Amino acid sequence: MGSYVPNTLQDQEEMLRSIGKSRMEELFETIPEKVRLNRELRLPSGLSEMEVTNKVRKIAEKNYVFKTIFRGAGAYRHYIPSIVKQITSKEEFVTAYTPYQAEISQGVLQSIFEFQTMICELTGMDVANASVYDGATAAAEAILMCAERKRRKAVVSETVHPQVIKTIKTYCNSLDIEVVTAPGRNGKTDLPSLENLVDDTTACVLIQQPNYYGQLEDGEEIGAITGGCGAKYIMSCNPISLGILKTPAEYGADIAVGEGQPLGIPLSFGGPYLGFMASKEKMMRKLPGRIVGETKDGKGRRAFVLTLQAREQHIRREKASSNICSNQALCAMTAAVYLDAMGRKGLTQAATLSMSKAHYLANRLCELNGFKLVYPGEFFNEFVTTCPKDVDTISEALEQRGILGGYPLSGENQGHILWCATEVNTREEIDTLIAILKEVAE
Amino acid sequence: MNQELFFTKTHEWVQFLDETTVRVGLTDYAQNKLGDLVFVNLPEEGDDVTAGETFADVESVKAVSDVYCPVTGMVGRVNEELLDHPELINSDPMEAWFAEIGEVSDKVELLTEDEYDELLSKGV
Amino acid sequence: MKLIFEKGMEGRGCELLPPSDVPVIEAGEKYRRKSDLNLPEVSEPELSRHYTELMKNTFGVNDGFYPLGSCTMKYNPKVNEDMANMPEFLEIHPLQPEHTVQGCLEVMALSEKYLCEITGMDRMTFQPAAGAHGEYTGLQLIRAYHRSRGDRKRDKILVPDSAHGTNPASAAMAGFTVINVPSTGEGYVDIGELKKAAGEDTAGFMLTNPNTLGLFDEKIIEITDIIHNAGGLNYYDGANLNAIMGIARPGDMGFDVVHLNLHKTFSTPHGGGGPGSGPVGCKAILADYLPSPLIRCKEDGTYQLEYGKEDSIGQVKAFYGNFLVIVRALTYLLTLGKEGLKHASESAVLNANYMMQHLKDTFSVPFPDHCMHEFVVSLEELQKEKGVSALDVAKAMLDHGIHPPTMYFPLIIPEALMVEPTETETKETLDEVIAIYKQIYKEAMSHPETMHDYPQNTVVGRPDEVSAARNPILRYRRES
Repeated sequence: MGSYVPNTLQDQEEMLRSIGKSRMEELFETIPEKVRLNRELRLPSGLSEMEVTNKVRKIAEKNYVFKTIFRGAGAYRHYIPSIVKQITSKEEFVTAYTPYQAEISQGVLQSIFEFQTMICELTGMDVANASVYDGATAAAEAILMCAERKRRKAVVSETVHPQVIKTIKTYCNSLDIEVVTAPGRNGKTDLPSLENLVDDTTACVLIQQPNYYGQLEDGEEIGAITGGCGAKYIMSCNPISLGILKTPAEYGADIAVGEGQPLGIPLSFGGPYLGFMASKEKMMRKLPGRIVGETKDGKGRRAFVLTLQAREQHIRREKASSNICSNQALCAMTAAVYLDAMGRKGLTQAATLSMSKAHYLANRLCELNGFKLVYPGEFFNEFVTTCPKDVDTISEALEQRGILGGYPLSGENQGHILWCATEVNTREEIDTLIAILKEVAE
Repeated sequence: MNQELFFTKTHEWVQFLDETTVRVGLTDYAQNKLGDLVFVNLPEEGDDVTAGETFADVESVKAVSDVYCPVTGMVGRVNEELLDHPELINSDPMEAWFAEIGEVSDKVELLTEDEYDELLSKGV
Repeated sequence: MKLIFEKGMEGRGCELLPPSDVPVIEAGEKYRRKSDLNLPEVSEPELSRHYTELMKNTFGVNDGFYPLGSCTMKYNPKVNEDMANMPEFLEIHPLQPEHTVQGCLEVMALSEKYLCEITGMDRMTFQPAAGAHGEYTGLQLIRAYHRSRGDRKRDKILVPDSAHGTNPASAAMAGFTVINVPSTGEGYVDIGELKKAAGEDTAGFMLTNPNTLGLFDEKIIEITDIIHNAGGLNYYDGANLNAIMGIARPGDMGFDVVHLNLHKTFSTPHGGGGPGSGPVGCKAILADYLPSPLIRCKEDGTYQLEYGKEDSIGQVKAFYGNFLVIVRALTYLLTLGKEGLKHASESAVLNANYMMQHLKDTFSVPFPDHCMHEFVVSLEELQKEKGVSALDVAKAMLDHGIHPPTMYFPLIIPEALMVEPTETETKETLDEVIAIYKQIYKEAMSHPETMHDYPQNTVVGRPDEVSAARNPILRYRRES
């Protein structure tokens, strides 16, 4: 049994004696008898490290690691530079706590400040926070930022990721913020319907760019409709795509949020991921969570510090606009190192390659019988096709060859597949996929 | 009651601009206790306010403090200069008014300057 | 130290991606980015050095004593890192077919089983990403429970005035009004006040036991009964669980729902402020409301994700939770096992009592008889006598290479420092730290003026937080 308790039983006996006790039990006398467990925990006994690693490895081996992935739908496999993993596994960063003592946390604080700057650069916004749990909670928190006394309706496009919509509904439900879904048409937010839905009780309109189906939304037109009723414009965006695509700021958005997982974070079965939030300056004090600011110390040296803390829960308590305490610091650092390593050129390259590979994939798929694009609009690196056979049959055939195919959709898109390609997918991989599908589908 | 200055037990000052309109701010004692102020959350024009209830708050680096409204009425103008320069509350508390409130119909117990000074000297 | 933006040169970069092997596609004019993208342009050597420099200015648990109260800064085992970094966990897409992720589901199912046993709960969700997130989720369960019984007038959550700020903030976010219940002079829940506050509009009570003063409230059964009798439910803030693992369980104290902090009690690293994990466990009466999906073990021993529970509160984030953090916690649970967990808690409580007893001849300790895993010291007298505050004392510790305890919390003790050494500190370290604390106190008594200038030996001194808040500079901007 390991326990990482360095003191031996002898050390502990000595310590007990020095405080006038003879047994450990004496330290727990304030726990009333009827509340005590009085039996062993029904857990296995502890193990040596070697046994533990064998056990966990055995469990891990029940997972299947796909060599080739053509699935996105909210989690994306991008190339992660080696330096990202090296830097983010440095013990000082891994084992540090929240930088409340600024003098000995300048490393963490500066890295967050750099992260905040990079998010602003990506999105075109003025300020960013130190990150939140993930893209879904970022979207929900953004809606809470916009809700006012007389504006308590949040309009969310149906083309936003379904799990993001679910999360938004859970958050809004408890605060009596009405969530209204704006319908889609041909895979994009339907503009006339949106116009009918917004009015002077609308707090915000939220869309995803590119949307869940990979389609590029009419961001400007939606911005105009939103502004027209005096509501705030929230855009949830794919950070890689911002290497080449229009920024939320260029669309006139007030708040930009998104899932930062594509920025150097592995797939990880869904977590930990990274939510980023950025806004125009006028909404700065409504941003939830930690924010790092630049200042000076007594000797005039540049210093970084957690600032605007009076927004937060540890000071405002029940009057805080959000309860969020921690951020996803190490994930934010991961994203920062990724963006440092890639730079503008690299990010542009990753975005261009992702888009190009996806279009090549789409073209080749459409050469096959039974695969057709479901939506007509422009797309970034994801798209939906029909499927000539039962989706499960296709998936199994691909799985046998080590390929994770596109994501089988449900509901209105039952029987359709949401495909994704990134810079990681080679032409060869795509060609191999096509060859297999040709076999299976015919 | 023209231009007369009053104080509250919760360390606000109240100046009557006319019978039913007042300006409200924080006293020197309050700003001293609160320390360096970094931000003010002011009410909005048109807000209804109630005597004895919170209508604004001030932030220092590590704390937030409620500011209580001495009167019942409706908020008129707010002093937007304080949003950009909260330090004026520290440097010039009697000039740094938060808001003007009109249609005053009710008030908390108001102290004269002498009564307020006495309260402070007793150790509040 | 320069920012990464102040390093590098135009044209520098890393050669990371190959040229395109497919026709290059560009976005249409309507969608193309027009604004500049100013990211750093650095080579890999420069980047590597930059972060090494940052690392040198960062103090982690691995650097020294880190006794933040209620944060449980225990040692982060390295085997946890190796397990979490296995490709069989890292490379798994959250939307892979179920039969290809049986390992991931087993990790979560096993963790649920063990953590439910440790807390005395029936079911658990791992979706919340942090403690506050868990609190919010647990409160939503309480809300859903009352509403499903048509009990809509229960809109109040009672919270002790000693509670961590996230408690009332989470309650407000979950749509409740917060009622603060005062503590007694001894730091416990005031039973009389609780009885007055509890009533037909009480949805629940949030408590941590031991409390934020490090004291175990002996009247806990009476307290939870009062709430139950009033028709409310009891929420356990698991931040202080490190004191009682294998010794007592919230489920046996009358709590209906708990959250855990895997990054505190269960040794997963803090990462500079995250990622953590805040799983929520509950009794069977609340299980129907848990976020979707849950893990279910089928008759054939395989696992599946169970969606579509009608009464579920929905989702509190995308996917299943901070999975890699759960892997670390499971590794820790397997390493310690039933005996190790109890030993960890006992040792944590011993270390705290040892420190407290050896400090109380010098420092003012409000509750000096006994403590659990943490204790509070008050510098109020020192402040009055010599003008030296808890902050001054904390900053002086930085020059000695140790991290200060939590400052100014809990709010009910003036000039508080809350100390939680944890079980992974050696006796020698504790003795060293005790000596350092006493030395600082002596200096404060004899030379109080110098105390305001600390720290002197750190890379920066006390930052000007007033300017930082008045004139926020929240990003780097290139000088044009």
